[in-house]
Amino acid sequence: MDKLRRIVLRGIGSGGALAAALAAGVLKPTQVLAAEWNKSAFEAKDLAGALRGLNASNAAESRDILFRAPDIAENGAVVPIDISSNIPNTTSIAVLVEKNPNALSAYFDFTSGALPDVSLRLKLAQTSMVKVVVKADGKFYTVQKEVKVTVGGCGG
Amino acid sequence: MSMQRREFLQLLAAAAAAGFALDSQELLASQGAEKFYDLPRFGNVSLFHFTDCHAQLLPTWYREPDANLGIGPASGHPPHLVGEHLLRAFAIRPGTAEAYAFTCLDFAAAARTYGQVGGFAHLATLLRLLRANRPGALLLDGGDTWQGSATALWSRGQDMVGACQLLGVDIMTGHWEFTLGHQRVREIVDHDFAGNIEFLARNIKTADFGDPVFTPYTLREIGGTRVAVIGQAFPYTPIANPRYLIPDWTFGIQEEEMQIQVDEARAKGAAVVVLLSHNGMDVDLKMAARVSGIDAILGGHTHDGVPAPTLVKNRGGQTLVINSGSHGKFLSVLDLDVRAGAIQGYRYKLLPVFARLLPADPAMAAYIEQVRAPYRARLEEPLAVSEGLLYRRGNFNGSWDQLILDALLEVKGADIAFSPGFRWGTTILPGQTITMEQLLEQTAISYPYTTLSEMSGATIKALLEDLADNLFNPDPYYQQGGDMVRVGGMTYTCAPGARIGSRIRDLRLAGRPMSADKIYKVAGWAPVAEGATGTPIWEVMADYLRDRKTIAPRRLNLPTLIGMEHNPGMV
Repeated sequence: MDKLRRIVLRGIGSGGALAAALAAGVLKPTQVLAAEWNKSAFEAKDLAGALRGLNASNAAESRDILFRAPDIAENGAVVPIDISSNIPNTTSIAVLVEKNPNALSAYFDFTSGALPDVSLRLKLAQTSMVKVVVKADGKFYTVQKEVKVTVGGCGG
Repeated sequence: MSMQRREFLQLLAAAAAAGFALDSQELLASQGAEKFYDLPRFGNVSLFHFTDCHAQLLPTWYREPDANLGIGPASGHPPHLVGEHLLRAFAIRPGTAEAYAFTCLDFAAAARTYGQVGGFAHLATLLRLLRANRPGALLLDGGDTWQGSATALWSRGQDMVGACQLLGVDIMTGHWEFTLGHQRVREIVDHDFAGNIEFLARNIKTADFGDPVFTPYTLREIGGTRVAVIGQAFPYTPIANPRYLIPDWTFGIQEEEMQIQVDEARAKGAAVVVLLSHNGMDVDLKMAARVSGIDAILGGHTHDGVPAPTLVKNRGGQTLVINSGSHGKFLSVLDLDVRAGAIQGYRYKLLPVFARLLPADPAMAAYIEQVRAPYRARLEEPLAVSEGLLYRRGNFNGSWDQLILDALLEVKGADIAFSPGFRWGTTILPGQTITMEQLLEQTAISYPYTTLSEMSGATIKALLEDLADNLFNPDPYYQQGGDMVRVGGMTYTCAPGARIGSRIRDLRLAGRPMSADKIYKVAGWAPVAEGATGTPIWEVMADYLRDRKTIAPRRLNLPTLIGMEHNPGMV
């Protein structure tokens, strides 16, 4: 089973996976086509600016957002993270990397009924706080975790 | 007289007949050392554990650290106690065989009195004694088994695979094993180990889809009791060691899933859940506080030989955290009394393996002889005589590393030299001849290249900050478990209790402050980046030693420390 799934997924490739996600209604095509591109948030040079751009400066800490990220990145250029929101009526998930040149790294919109559950790979310039902002019923919630990027070597 | 005690006395007689130094045996006996091995059975479920033997098939010397600083809440608690501080905490009398085993105190003199430690043939004898009244006991190997010697490097771990099979290892996990490359690990696990040794690693997944690479845990029956053993490989292998050797695997601590697996094992009827861990003891302690349902963590990686378990309270009750030292020097014996589906009591002993008290097991001795035979001439080549004690372990430097730094500075014509903060590597006594085999006990890795690079003062400072944070970050989950990089040519001041960015201060070269913009020539070895090349460190060192013939005692280049005056992790 496992092997078959892997072959199928490899065959689709990342473009194909995105198309599949669109077909499944997970992503709204308008977002993908950048019709509602949030320019001020994505172009902000710091965390505060990006949060202002999202209108999320006052986001409340929430334990209902499950956020998995490594404590220490194995490779700062490809840091796998998983986010899943248990907050009812979640309509968007944003991911912000405090120390990156542009803090806002990703933004996902969800149509009603879509499971707010995403996995992605981040590029981290250096050790940084990674912040997740969830919008639900017009309110903003947040959770964060520090991910360390290190030169490595010399262990054990 | 118990069967075990009678057999032990017979063994002693055999040892005397074989010409072992009787005076040291009498000394050991007068201190009750033979009672270490006269361990009455307790309960009905027993586990044996050794870890981080670093391929030491023969008895050896291993000096414990004089600096193992605990920062923040870790300060003053095991494993961050050394020397007299450790003796006091565990009520061990100074000058005894146990003091020799657990500390660095008067090491050279104590080593001559009490002799070498470890050795698989001696460990095999000890296991035979203990197994006699512990039917069904499991032998767990915490890993770092296939690396650390010339023969392990040259046979790509095969000598250790055979030795562990002969020793009767039931279950293992790993770390340095992975530096032999993923294909070699797969080959051993899938073929050599099939049907005899289970290799467990719950925290290794494929990098693409996160599928498990190895079996996460196993359920075994010991005397009718179901025991779950979960394996945790070193979480930061792809960071501390070259990622290109295991390109398709991802590691990490993976705490959330640990709880799920513990609960799963309980649901399958496990009355006892044990974690065979290569986390390092600080990570074990944090994990024990946050995950519930693990009865005992049998840990390694940080090479801490801790005489008694640390009891950690958590939501589900408590977890015993045990770490069993390194280099074959110790064997952990954990006896559990399990009734009505739960542990009612336990006994624990970390047994030092004194080679002079435990005669070699003939079958294991013959096996070791056979694996060494093809390499004997290379192994025994004398390189130089060391006038001083050469050891590696310690937070900031060791005399073996100082020797490597001195050689690198001279041979490479560098301003500064770096040597990695490995915790493995055996000890040479004053007056002992350094052979090629002993040189390789400090250097035998699959990425041995020496390098010469140009670095700015700012880069050097950033590098030292980064490495110090891997050791002194107060949150164990951000620690990697090695020691600080050893530094030659330059001096610095270190404040371990400060935050990253402000621990490393006052960097100086030849007494003058270094400049952030200036470029310095830096020599090093063991690069983790792919594509690095250079003369292997053992070739550089062998030439240097042959040329010198006699090695004078080293003067250690140590940083000036701030705020550590009263830390019991230092003598």
